[in-house]
Amino acid sequence: MKKNSFLQTSSQTVGPFFAYGLTAEQYQYDFPSLVTGSLIKTEMNEERISIKGRVIDGKGVPLNDAMIEILQADPQGLYRTDPNGDFFGFGRMGTGTEKTNTFNFETYKPGKINKGLAPHINIIVFARGMLNHLFTRMYFSDEKEENDKDLILNQIGASLRSRLIANKVGDGDYHFDIFLQGEKETVFFDI
Amino acid sequence: MTNNAWNKRDWYNHPNLIYPDYKSTVFRNPKNSLIKLENLPEIPSPSFEKTSMRSIDSDLTLNAKKNYDPIGERIIVLGKVKDEFGRPVPDCLIEIWQANSAGRYVHREEIHDAPLDPNFLGAGMTLTDKNGDYKFTTIKPGSYPWDNHHNAWRPAHIHFSIFGRAFVDRLVTQMYFEGDPLFKYDPIFNSIPDKKAKDRLIAKFSIDQTIPEFAHAYIFNIVLRGREATPMEA
Repeated sequence: MKKNSFLQTSSQTVGPFFAYGLTAEQYQYDFPSLVTGSLIKTEMNEERISIKGRVIDGKGVPLNDAMIEILQADPQGLYRTDPNGDFFGFGRMGTGTEKTNTFNFETYKPGKINKGLAPHINIIVFARGMLNHLFTRMYFSDEKEENDKDLILNQIGASLRSRLIANKVGDGDYHFDIFLQGEKETVFFDI
Repeated sequence: MTNNAWNKRDWYNHPNLIYPDYKSTVFRNPKNSLIKLENLPEIPSPSFEKTSMRSIDSDLTLNAKKNYDPIGERIIVLGKVKDEFGRPVPDCLIEIWQANSAGRYVHREEIHDAPLDPNFLGAGMTLTDKNGDYKFTTIKPGSYPWDNHHNAWRPAHIHFSIFGRAFVDRLVTQMYFEGDPLFKYDPIFNSIPDKKAKDRLIAKFSIDQTIPEFAHAYIFNIVLRGREATPMEA
């Protein structure tokens, strides 16, 4: 048993008004953003993709006040988290700047990480009405062979696995809706 | 190293996902249990550097100043970020956002009939230093009305977003002020089950840190998840 001398600071909701603090450039407020929805810093000769989706509540309504953070490996399957590198594998977008309440990340497709991990995107979901952020992850529909061998997907019941797989809807375009509740509820992790 | 080295989120000190007194939680959270994962490799946190920030990014009284100083009570908010084992967390990005002294947010969807302050935005960011310490200068935010229930007012608060040392070591929270009469009416504050955990979100006035003839100081310390100490990996 680990001994803790201090207790975790409690989570609270991001609330409805995070935009000028956390996603200022996306929402055109006059404050710098260290993180945006584009992970492309320099042109690389790699597969460029977009990831679009919505965050949908238990009534089927796409939220205009959710925020998504993604963290992914580079095309070689390495996590690159240095902000000065030619690839910074972290992005953030709110869902309030497009009429359809869609987030839209521009990035390179991650490579597979060795040891049985198919290409994937790590995701954190925040929103007004969420007192805690939630963790999920997204896989690619055109990586079936790798997905079938994936260490994490294989821990998820077969009927739920498809909820973690983004659909390829065009050349380099993937769609991934996150359902906070209901029949298609996304799989969230206690990690 | 696997992600299992990180202590789990401590659900005794975090709110339930669904807390019906805060109405919008009811349809915006999963009903299925969160799924535990085995052998998840550790996922790093993004890193950030002081060189990518301006000094005014941590001074909200200056970073949106046009002509005059922003209106309201100038305050210092400072504290230390450490983990559950008491180890300081250096180089951690802290982003804050808040209402102005009249309780008005700059956000465009905001409809509360209180004045905007042309010299105040309400956004700031900084990195913790090598000892895990951080400091912001800002204006004390006002209370803010919302439509959760009849006569609902949020206690004055500052939103905090914090990155720890791994992807899972992420925290978004709110800091409150000592002595606020609205605590007992606020479902967001009261969504936290443990009274002592709630108290830890309340910044304490400090006469020692108060700067004479300049600003009151409030101390808000933050505790992130701990990682089990492990022997050197081969």
